Amino acid sequence: MTSSVRLWHYLTRYVDNFLLGGVLLLMLIGLLVLYSATDANLSRVSNQAINMLVALTIMWLVANIPLQHIMRLAVPLYMIGLMLLIGVALFGEIHNGARRWLNIGVTRIQPSELMKLAVPLMMAWYFDKHEVTLRLRDYAVATLLLLLPLLLILRQPDLGTTLLIASSGFYVLFLAGLSWRIIAGLLLAALGSLPVLWSMLHDYQRRRVMTLFDPTQDPLGAGYHTIQSTIAIGSGGVIGKGWQHGTQTHLDFLPEKSTDFIFAVFSEEFGLMGNILLLLLYLVVIGRGMVITANASTQFTRLIAGSITLTFFTYIFVNIGMVVGILPVVGVPLPLISYGGTSMVTMLLGFGILMSIQTHPKLVKT
Amino acid sequence: MNHTVELRNYGRELRHFQLRLAISAGFVLLLFGLLFARFFYLQVSQREHYHTLAEANRISISPIVPNRGLIFDRNGEVLAHNYSAYTLEIMPSKVANLEATINELGDVVEIAARDRKRFKKLLRESKRFESLPIRTRLSDVEVARFAANRYRFPGVEIKARLFRQYPKGEGASHVVGYISRINTQDLEQLEASGDSTNYRGSDYIGKIGVEQSYEKELHGITGFEEVETDAAGRAVRVLSRTLPISGNDLKLSLDAKLQEVAEQAFGERRGALVAIEPTSGDVLAFVSKPGFDPNLFVDGIDSENWDLLNNSIDRPLNNRALRGVYPPGSTFKPFMALAGLELKKRTPQYTISDAGFFSLPGSSHRYRDWKVGGHGSVDMHKSLVISCDTYYYGLANDLGIDKIFSFISQFGLGKLTGIDIEGEVSGLLPSQEWKMRRHKQKWYAGDTISVGIGQGYNLTTPLQLAFATAILASNGAAFRPHLVKQVMDRKTGAVRDIVTQPMYTLNFNPENMLHVHNALVDVTRPGGTAARAAAGAAYTFAGKTGTSQVIGMKQGEKYVESKVNERHRDHALFIAYAPAEEPKIALAVLVENGGHGGSAAAPIARLVFDYFLLGKLPAGAASVTADDEEGVHD
Repeated sequence: MTSSVRLWHYLTRYVDNFLLGGVLLLMLIGLLVLYSATDANLSRVSNQAINMLVALTIMWLVANIPLQHIMRLAVPLYMIGLMLLIGVALFGEIHNGARRWLNIGVTRIQPSELMKLAVPLMMAWYFDKHEVTLRLRDYAVATLLLLLPLLLILRQPDLGTTLLIASSGFYVLFLAGLSWRIIAGLLLAALGSLPVLWSMLHDYQRRRVMTLFDPTQDPLGAGYHTIQSTIAIGSGGVIGKGWQHGTQTHLDFLPEKSTDFIFAVFSEEFGLMGNILLLLLYLVVIGRGMVITANASTQFTRLIAGSITLTFFTYIFVNIGMVVGILPVVGVPLPLISYGGTSMVTMLLGFGILMSIQTHPKLVKT
Repeated sequence: MNHTVELRNYGRELRHFQLRLAISAGFVLLLFGLLFARFFYLQVSQREHYHTLAEANRISISPIVPNRGLIFDRNGEVLAHNYSAYTLEIMPSKVANLEATINELGDVVEIAARDRKRFKKLLRESKRFESLPIRTRLSDVEVARFAANRYRFPGVEIKARLFRQYPKGEGASHVVGYISRINTQDLEQLEASGDSTNYRGSDYIGKIGVEQSYEKELHGITGFEEVETDAAGRAVRVLSRTLPISGNDLKLSLDAKLQEVAEQAFGERRGALVAIEPTSGDVLAFVSKPGFDPNLFVDGIDSENWDLLNNSIDRPLNNRALRGVYPPGSTFKPFMALAGLELKKRTPQYTISDAGFFSLPGSSHRYRDWKVGGHGSVDMHKSLVISCDTYYYGLANDLGIDKIFSFISQFGLGKLTGIDIEGEVSGLLPSQEWKMRRHKQKWYAGDTISVGIGQGYNLTTPLQLAFATAILASNGAAFRPHLVKQVMDRKTGAVRDIVTQPMYTLNFNPENMLHVHNALVDVTRPGGTAARAAAGAAYTFAGKTGTSQVIGMKQGEKYVESKVNERHRDHALFIAYAPAEEPKIALAVLVENGGHGGSAAAPIARLVFDYFLLGKLPAGAASVTADDEEGVHD
């Protein structure tokens, strides 16, 4: 009896229970909503459960790796990712008009997914190496490390991933102490480069941005999603229509309802109350991430923990923002709830790193 | 000492970091607050509004397909139009058991195995819940039968849809092309170009010919309506409607009557004809024989007809005018002659003594003239009129391949003309660079000799030959050949011309032009190779016959037409323009395995000119008129 308890303690010694609890609760909600969104399609729900188990296992594995080892992986991971991205640009496979996938014989991989963690890891590693003598030049180098993969991904085109990696990199820069003056300058430059960026966007991306301002302009295309999701959410009211009773969802008006637009299903069925609960739950996870960040002992761990936590937040904000119609439609899933395995794994890999930072003996800097 | 400084710095850094982290936390809370505010707005303030939308609802937005633009010939004759017919359509999301419903429907209207297969295919390919046709072109009786039984079939509806028809059938089929059902490949292209929204509800897309190349113009802009539906998915009330904008009509440069005359002139023979207005680049006739009936393709061609077309030895689906490549043969000579004059390698007076062959200095290989024993004393004028080969062997040798290539290139041979339908091939005008690239061999002087009479590596399409002839006829103005003359914009009512300016203009010495021109006129006069075909014409015309070899003859072997397999006989060629003084039409004719240009190809040109310039229909034509007293001379 006691030996099995000891085994359990041994196995979970590097797991952060607080974070795990939040993640499990969110996953549970995810499965319930998915069950409703897919019209009680058990095979998709069990598929998703398997995705979750795989992702949790990976999280556990990563949590057990001491940070020094993860840090050593930063440079090779980044280099491999960058080479794969160049590979995609040269020989990538095109699906639905985007060149994102690389066929490596056995399976297709999407290198931009790897970069979601590899970029902040690399930047945090760089700042850690130059911690003592941090100068303006170092920020410039780190920015370059960010921009290189970004441009490659933007060209694929993949607006959602570009946005997420850009923000994860920006968080590293921001937490590393990038001066406010430069941040203000960057903001101005970003505003100034909007027209250039606009010209680089693909037609469908432009339409998505345009329809943000007036979804009724294109009710058949890009605007269709937003119109239907706002109807679903608005008609949910304060207490919602009840689990499996969302009319928008079940009469098939809502597109992409098990993936990017799953929040509309949740919101229609559980109403404002459900939304508040969900946001609070997300806040708990984000809050825990911030506590871990604040407690982290080295430059590398602080930066990477902060970036992972804030990127998690960005996922949530961008996804919900798009579903409620205040942000353009970009392909960003709702973390831990949207159907799909890839983003789940990436997300929990990040949480594994957070746990490792929290639970391994701190290295004290002298 | 140093140590403490670092520690103090470190502490400050840490405080700095924690401040940043706190700011981030504030940022998170602020944005979550923003989301909350939006929730509140949607779910509390505007709840009633959205509740109404969702409840009364069942509002569906459905596309209204625009009418496809029509295609007319230059005189307004219809080449492609739409007609309305009833289709029986199923909304799969509203039908519980598709298989059973289709079986039951089969008792009311006839549903063939082919319809079922097509429906299943459509079902697989359609992403959203759209209404899909199970039967097209219902008869009035079938419509009535279904209407009486409609209550039994929720989610099944009769709709009036537009279908495409090509009233000319085989006529101009290679020009007009056809539309057919959108397949997955088309869908991918539409997605990639960002047009997929505009094609929601559209079932058809242009596949070849003008229907394909002007797809963007013809399709129009899809409208949509917000419809309130009942529980069965039937439209109850239209809430709002944005009307579609019909596709733009096309006015072709083609003259449908002339096209018909030209097609009939070929009879059962295979070949191609392209006629161009030299002063505009308007393609007046564009024939590739045999043709095919584009109407077969509109609703998906059945396998029987497909095999018939695809496996025929005559290859009716092959657009010979656009994609067939043939050695230009002696039709190459006028361009060579002009090169000789312009590049000062020949004067009009320069005369050779033709013994019936040409040999390179120091070689015993004989390049033979088509006439055994030769033509005797030959100057440039005579060389064209009687089509002397020996003259051009020598000229080619004196010019050299580089000069031939750069000069003839100007006439567009061996290059894409840029005509406005897809699939054009470039043919080949050989050059040293090409031979090295293609065959990894250097160019030999001997290679140049046969190029001089349009043989050797030379390959041109009938379209290129017509284009080159049009440039010759217009004294150097090169208009991009185009099948569509004007686009008539439905939205603005404006009429847009496709081509108005020449791409480039070649400036040749008018005297040189005149020499070539006069010789070409004499080709059609007694003594010339096309004299018989031109006899009795009420206008003067200039032309050049040509014969292009299908199989090579060994040294010393003689070509005897009657002894050669029909498919191995020479191709007959003819280029011409008329009236010679002020050309209104320039053309190239090719008759596959037709034998001689003068006897097989030139008479076709004559019929086309007679109709175009005099309005005279050939004897024996279906629509022959009474005042056609003069017969056709052959």
